[in-house]
Amino acid sequence: MPSAPPIDDAPDIRAAASAPGAPATAAAPRFEARDVDGIAWVRASGRWTAMALSSRSTWTALSGALQGMPAREDLGWDLRDIEPLDHIGAQLLWNHWGQAWPKRLVLEAPHQAVLDQCAQFTCSLPVEVPPTTAERLKTFAHLGTRLAIALRDFVRLIGQFALDIGTLVRAPHRGPWRDLSGQLYQFGATALPITALVGLLIGVVLAYLTSQQLRQYGAETFIVNILGLALVRELGPVLAAVLVAGRSGSAITAQIGVMRVTEELDAMRVMGIPHGFRLVMPRVLALAIAMPLISLWTSMSALLGGMIVADLSLGISPAFFLQALPRAVAMTNLWLALGKSAVFGIMIALVACHFGMRVQPNTESLGRRTTSSVVTSITVVILIDALFAVLFRGTGFR
Amino acid sequence: MIETPAPDVPHLVEIRHLWTVFESPDGEEQVVHQDLDLDIRRGEVLSLVGGSGTGKTVLLRQILGLERPARGEVRVLGQKPGQHGAGGAAKVGMLFQRGALFSAFSVLENIAFPLRELRLLPDALIRDAALVKLQMVGLGPEHAGKRPSDLSGGMIKRVALARALIMDPPLLLLDEPTAGLDPESSDGFCDLLRGLHRELGLTVVMVTHDLDTLFDLSTRIAVLADRRVIIAGRPREVIAHPHPFIREYFLGGRGRRALEALHDAPAEAAPGSAGTPHR
Repeated sequence: MPSAPPIDDAPDIRAAASAPGAPATAAAPRFEARDVDGIAWVRASGRWTAMALSSRSTWTALSGALQGMPAREDLGWDLRDIEPLDHIGAQLLWNHWGQAWPKRLVLEAPHQAVLDQCAQFTCSLPVEVPPTTAERLKTFAHLGTRLAIALRDFVRLIGQFALDIGTLVRAPHRGPWRDLSGQLYQFGATALPITALVGLLIGVVLAYLTSQQLRQYGAETFIVNILGLALVRELGPVLAAVLVAGRSGSAITAQIGVMRVTEELDAMRVMGIPHGFRLVMPRVLALAIAMPLISLWTSMSALLGGMIVADLSLGISPAFFLQALPRAVAMTNLWLALGKSAVFGIMIALVACHFGMRVQPNTESLGRRTTSSVVTSITVVILIDALFAVLFRGTGFR
Repeated sequence: MIETPAPDVPHLVEIRHLWTVFESPDGEEQVVHQDLDLDIRRGEVLSLVGGSGTGKTVLLRQILGLERPARGEVRVLGQKPGQHGAGGAAKVGMLFQRGALFSAFSVLENIAFPLRELRLLPDALIRDAALVKLQMVGLGPEHAGKRPSDLSGGMIKRVALARALIMDPPLLLLDEPTAGLDPESSDGFCDLLRGLHRELGLTVVMVTHDLDTLFDLSTRIAVLADRRVIIAGRPREVIAHPHPFIREYFLGGRGRRALEALHDAPAEAAPGSAGTPHR
């Protein structure tokens, strides 16, 4: 091990240095300072690699020692004992030197090559000019344009759907029936367990809540009216729609979005197969058919939950419950709920397709559009529900 | 061609008696690798060659620890693969076929990601190191702020290579490094790989169907056929092997044209003259 490095003031000592280094050590990166003939030398040794530096104790010790070292111009550096030196270690040294070669430096050729690369390529990032107020205003104003474009696209989607329905009616044998049946199964049949569970639990909760109040007034039998009207007319359809929006809406957006990422949409267009007819229409039709059925199913299971609780907590027998239900809830309410659900289904599918088509070919956009799709479709469902409540405020009550 | 390293250097990757079995949905078993042995020596550029479905990419994934063999053992740097934990990027670098850049990050953030995940080194050091790597793969600092979606295919590969190399791993795996690149970019990429191999002393394992790349870079070629490595040797030895797959693969029309890169006629390498089966 060289006890004293060669002393030479010439800066080109770097190129000349070729003395055999110390045997490779598996030691942590470190350095020590010593004076040789009045010149301060720093002798670095050990493994100056990303792997060695990624241990917390090593890094703390080394960075602390580097910071504690006086930044002297005439400091000499001896790197011959470093084995190995990789780009991270070299970068650390280079940055410590203030991105300039020290006046006195001895090292070996491979280390020289690594350090040369750091020296050659270290640079500052191109500065990004901060946007001016005018540019910011322009970006902000552009939001309006983008919103208008999105709305226009959505209206176009609805129009295209209407036209596609027309095409289907004129030539039903050319319709994408296999797609439709697949989507029906996927959106409808596979949603049955979860909607049944959620419906049942909501029925139980609502029945317990109302039974407490009704008992105070001695109006126990009215639980049939309350549960019947609330579940059949409002909660069943809305609950089912929210669940389906989260479940199938996100699936549609992700499916169409991935088709955009993998260029499947472009491939379809090149073959002359319209997206509206093959992708949008079967999904919208499937949800238009499946949604009322799921909503009916959810209401049924919610009523079942309510019936069980009415029996348990108020002593109202299921037989009485079923007998009183048709008298309490007019049939109109059921038709209203089914119609409303069909509109929910159509809107969920259209919103999901709209956002799916707007996915840009990268994963970030896919995630963002799927989120917006679900949020928008749930909002739309609630909006439409409110609209129905206002429009049909005089219908179905006794 | 890159200079062949001495044959007695220690093995970086050891694959012993490896079995890979895929189970199809109807319960049928399909054996992809049967009792496969392969050693990868320090400092070499080994190409894996084989027909479609012979399990080249699967073998790469097993070296990475992304998949586990049904039987047998894979050792990378004396360890089981996939057990490197944090800092795994310092052991093995992988260039995926389509780059696998994180689309939510900029180019510089992509390259710096393995270092930043250590949550130890200062940001300035990480940024400088990532910028150095970006320029080492031949891209200017003006690309640092771009998103992966704004890059061309060749640039994506270069950025992915820079990310694979950020912690200077001794082992670099490449899956179809030149697939989807135009000839000029392919040549540029080969030059880049050759330069990096020389400068960083890398060991490279690659899967490629591009015969130009294959002969340009490989110091050794391992041929997968009949569910095992039928031969692993220097390009000239491999070409001379009499196995029908090799005759068809290398001595077909495309193969002959690419072989001209070897600078002497393949006719000299008559069957059986130099080829020694691996096992």
